[in-house]
Amino acid sequence: MTKKYIVRATDVTKDFDLGKIVVKVLKGIDLEIETGKYVSIMGPSGSGKSTLFNMIGGLDKPTSGKVFIDEVDIAQLDAYELAWLRCRKIGYIFQTFNLIPVMTALENVTLPMTFAGMPSEAAVAKGMQLLLDVGLDGRHAHKPSELSGGQQQRVAVARALANSPAIILADEPTGNLDLKTGAEIISLLKDMSEDQGVTVISATHDYKMLNVSDQVIWIRDGRVDKIQERDELKIHTGGMSS
Amino acid sequence: MRRLVVLPFAKSVEIAYKSIRARFFRSLVTTLTLVLAVSFLAFSQINIIIADNLLAAGDPDMYQTIIRCGYDVSPDDTSLAASPKQRWIVILSLLVCVVGIINAQLMSVTERFREIGTMKCLGALDRFVVRLFVMEAAMQGLAGALAGAILGGAGAILSALIRFGSGIFVNFPWQPVFLSLGLAICIGMFLSLAGVLYPAIIAARMQPVEAMRVEQ
Repeated sequence: MTKKYIVRATDVTKDFDLGKIVVKVLKGIDLEIETGKYVSIMGPSGSGKSTLFNMIGGLDKPTSGKVFIDEVDIAQLDAYELAWLRCRKIGYIFQTFNLIPVMTALENVTLPMTFAGMPSEAAVAKGMQLLLDVGLDGRHAHKPSELSGGQQQRVAVARALANSPAIILADEPTGNLDLKTGAEIISLLKDMSEDQGVTVISATHDYKMLNVSDQVIWIRDGRVDKIQERDELKIHTGGMSS
Repeated sequence: MRRLVVLPFAKSVEIAYKSIRARFFRSLVTTLTLVLAVSFLAFSQINIIIADNLLAAGDPDMYQTIIRCGYDVSPDDTSLAASPKQRWIVILSLLVCVVGIINAQLMSVTERFREIGTMKCLGALDRFVVRLFVMEAAMQGLAGALAGAILGGAGAILSALIRFGSGIFVNFPWQPVFLSLGLAICIGMFLSLAGVLYPAIIAARMQPVEAMRVEQ
């Protein structure tokens, strides 16, 4: 069976023009991410990790090179198609949860479905099921301010899954959570990835994340430093895992 | 096939309404500027209409009263209109009101940068964001303009009642008064929408990457 790649980047560079100087953040990145895998992108701050991550998420366009999401070159998409891609193909999870504060948990989860044109009743039914799946039974009418950090991140996971995306992009999903809650979110993401076959890509500093990753991409100084598969990984992080 | 994201009209009204309710105090302050400007406009217009109506009746006593009350009329005048000075004051107050609204809406956009970015990550188009802000402004505008028109109208009638006595209700010019109230409401709505346009465009142009940013 041939492998299917959900994300492909070929010779991607990204420069930021700061007026007097041009900062080369990405200096030619090639990578392929296989469908259904749980991939972590690791790297020190300033390594270009976030920039690469935004590029994979269709939030930013490369200066040169190509990024393909589901075999579509994102540089070729117009604003409408990009919005559609973000809505249907990609689910975002943020470090700061980013739930809409004026909406209840259920409304937050159904919002992407509304954008996708799903009828209201169907969206509510699916939203309730998703909240149940992430372990927030009975909290659907709560506003984000009435939920704990871990619960908010669970709502965010449910929201990311709303339109059954192909990719979930998680930017430091455990960054604002304590150890235990962080671990819960990681295992929730892993379960969701296994159950629904969705590709999870996360940028992280969190070594807990490595234990569940199928693949770890290390970024250093705007280039791919090394790519480790799950079996090589255990040797390296064995000492650190809890 | 063109694949489009959608935001039904009813849903955008609902979101805008919730947004106003959630930031009720802030909305109230924004609306209050509008209430004051529209009520000043309605007050000065209706004041003139009532005095003009009394003057047109041709009663010499009433003529003296009108002069005593400070209206600018000469002996041969049979009608009364707002003086250029009054007009300028009204226009200035409306201008100040628009600037106030722009300021308040810009604050509101800045405060909601992350929220807007998140919506864009979820697939919202620029025009959804504009629509949400315009919808909010329209609701605030309608509420503020209505309240302002009622306040100004009632104030003008009350002050005329105190100055000229209950005689004002003989042949009361209902039609021009209501027309003028309607005009004041329209102007109020227009001011509110004019004030939100620039902030809404700023909000819509925001890049979704902003939502990812973590403030230290």
